[in-house]
Amino acid sequence: MSASDEIIQQYQDRSEYDHGFVTDIDTIEVPKGLSEETIRFISKQKKEPQWMLDWRLNAYNRLQKMEEPDWQKPKYPKINYQDLYYYSAPKSFKDGPKSLDEIDPEIKKTYDKLGIPLEEQKRLSGVAVDAVFDSVSVATTFKDKLKEIGVIFCSISEATREHPELVKKYLGSVIPVTDHFFATLNSAVFTDGSFVYIPPGVRCPMELSTYFRINAQNTGQFERTLIIADKDSYVSYLEGCTAPMRDENQLHAANVELVALDGAEIKYSTVQNWYPGDKEGKGGIYNFVTKRGDCRGKNSKISWTQVETGSAITWKYPSCILRGDNSQGEFYSVAITNNFQKADTGTKMIHLGKNTKSKIISKGISAGQADNTYRGLVSVHPKATGSKNFTQCDSLLVGNKCGAHTVPYIENKNSSSEVEHEATTSKISDDQLFYCRQRGLNQEEAVSLIVNGFCKEVLQQLPMEFAVEAQKLVGISLEGSVG
Amino acid sequence: MIDIKNLKVSVEDKDIIKGLNLKINKGEVHAIMGPNGSGKSTLSYALSGKEGYEAEGEINYNGENILELNTEERAQKGIFLAFQYPIEIPGVFTNNFLRTSLNAVRKAKGEKELNAVEFLNLVKEKSQKLKIDKEMLSRPLNVGFSGGEKKRNEILQMSLLEPNFIIMDETDSGLDIDALKIVSNGVNAMRSPERSFLIITHYQRLLNYIKPDFVHVFSDGKIVESGDWKLALELENDGYAKFVS
Repeated sequence: MSASDEIIQQYQDRSEYDHGFVTDIDTIEVPKGLSEETIRFISKQKKEPQWMLDWRLNAYNRLQKMEEPDWQKPKYPKINYQDLYYYSAPKSFKDGPKSLDEIDPEIKKTYDKLGIPLEEQKRLSGVAVDAVFDSVSVATTFKDKLKEIGVIFCSISEATREHPELVKKYLGSVIPVTDHFFATLNSAVFTDGSFVYIPPGVRCPMELSTYFRINAQNTGQFERTLIIADKDSYVSYLEGCTAPMRDENQLHAANVELVALDGAEIKYSTVQNWYPGDKEGKGGIYNFVTKRGDCRGKNSKISWTQVETGSAITWKYPSCILRGDNSQGEFYSVAITNNFQKADTGTKMIHLGKNTKSKIISKGISAGQADNTYRGLVSVHPKATGSKNFTQCDSLLVGNKCGAHTVPYIENKNSSSEVEHEATTSKISDDQLFYCRQRGLNQEEAVSLIVNGFCKEVLQQLPMEFAVEAQKLVGISLEGSVG
Repeated sequence: MIDIKNLKVSVEDKDIIKGLNLKINKGEVHAIMGPNGSGKSTLSYALSGKEGYEAEGEINYNGENILELNTEERAQKGIFLAFQYPIEIPGVFTNNFLRTSLNAVRKAKGEKELNAVEFLNLVKEKSQKLKIDKEMLSRPLNVGFSGGEKKRNEILQMSLLEPNFIIMDETDSGLDIDALKIVSNGVNAMRSPERSFLIITHYQRLLNYIKPDFVHVFSDGKIVESGDWKLALELENDGYAKFVS
């Protein structure tokens, strides 16, 4: 390969993942490795109260007796947890998010480049943002405006200091500290994420969103998000994620907990675009995430929508515990894997209350040599009389070297309940591509059109401000997948 | 408009078209008739540049040999194929497909892309002429369409894109008399001194409605006889046997 070819190649590789740049800033990092010392350091950096440190240390002690699960389909080389950094923060960052004018200009530039300007006047007027950079939240917009109506939207670190009664009551109440290896690891070393509380009867007037950015090298990101919707309230929340292009794999192990009380509704959307690795499968993020919502109150509703296009491996099952009578859970998912990406994702719907309903719409798209698995559990407990579930899992294959798998687990212990499961697998045919191209579309436009049609039902669930972006992302993620 | 010289086409190493010469001037309508398996559909795919159809020779279109151009480049230059079996694309609304296609072609021609309102006005006008129900346009492309709906949809696309050279592959197959009339009227309305047609068909029936200037008999990958529209009548009466060795 000549030098100029190489430059062209590099340019092409770059253009396919637009967010792969690195921000050059000085950082404070805790020494490498997982230890009690590391945890004390994190807790101190975050000026946490003693109870929070004790909570973390308890998780750390429990972790010593736990083993990393390995039942998932995508296998990965063993992670050396002593070789990771657990905390990385810009040096300019001292006491948590300060006023928006004081943010490090380099970081501001980073978010501008990502299309997330942090200045409130530049933002989409209906969206408030919490920006998390490596291990810290660097800014939260529209905080004061939301405060006026009693909505708390801040970083989880700030919440442990400012709203301890809420954090104490709800943290770990949906995902127990010892739930499984990664959840426990997260509980010990979590760094930042968002905290949301919506008071009774309030309909949050803005979209709340968090933008996660991994920047530092060899650093794990351990996001922790907690959203509480009090009685008869409503909130719509969206998270977005990107990372620089690096040859090593990086770990993002998040815990997200949602609590919906009587009559409350939470709509949680994710557009996940972590760096997926290069065309040969080198590098990329390991996205090992635990997301769980508890419909704790009667008539409550939790709806997950996810568009998963990035990461080398995506391994997550955003779930709903339908505890309150008449509560509803929904899961809408688009998972796209291209090149050597792998995904093992789906949901769990646990029907505990009477007349609970759940709906699962999953669209898996696999291209290149990628492998895509839907894995889901629908469990109806003996007391959940009159419950209903509907599941639809569709897989679309692009090319002939990729794989798609559907692994549904269904347990129905109540004879008055109904569970439905439908699944299809299809392929983008050469005839479909030819037809589109004969009408003037190029190959990529044709693939994007067909795939967007395939997952329209899910994309429609996204807040309007993000639906168009997501559609474009679907097209970009599949570039080069045909021909 | 179109000047095909010694065109040879093979599919998976099998020779299908074996030296075709055909010249179509601006404004002319040519019909190609031939028995099953004579290579008629292969000709339509080769002209529109489908992958897997290995072609040699020359296809000169407005003075340019387009043999090396890919499917969409030819489409953007104004070559349109009305499919014998229009393809179904689930989840993609017909309206959305039509607009994406129209804007892709307009963009390639350096014309302004149409916004949603401009497009809807245009499609309303065109679809009324073809007696296409609005409701059909909000269904996924060709999915669950009747044979007649599919073919009318092809003609609608043709009238939106306003191509210069139109290949119609067995457009009459699967059409009842009423649908045939609507489709033919649509095609006749598009005839102009600037536009040429190549109509591929088994039967003379369609040619009663769309009267061609020239008729060619196609057999074993070659044109074996050419004449005016009366040749089609002769074929209808005597069959292909006379021309097929």
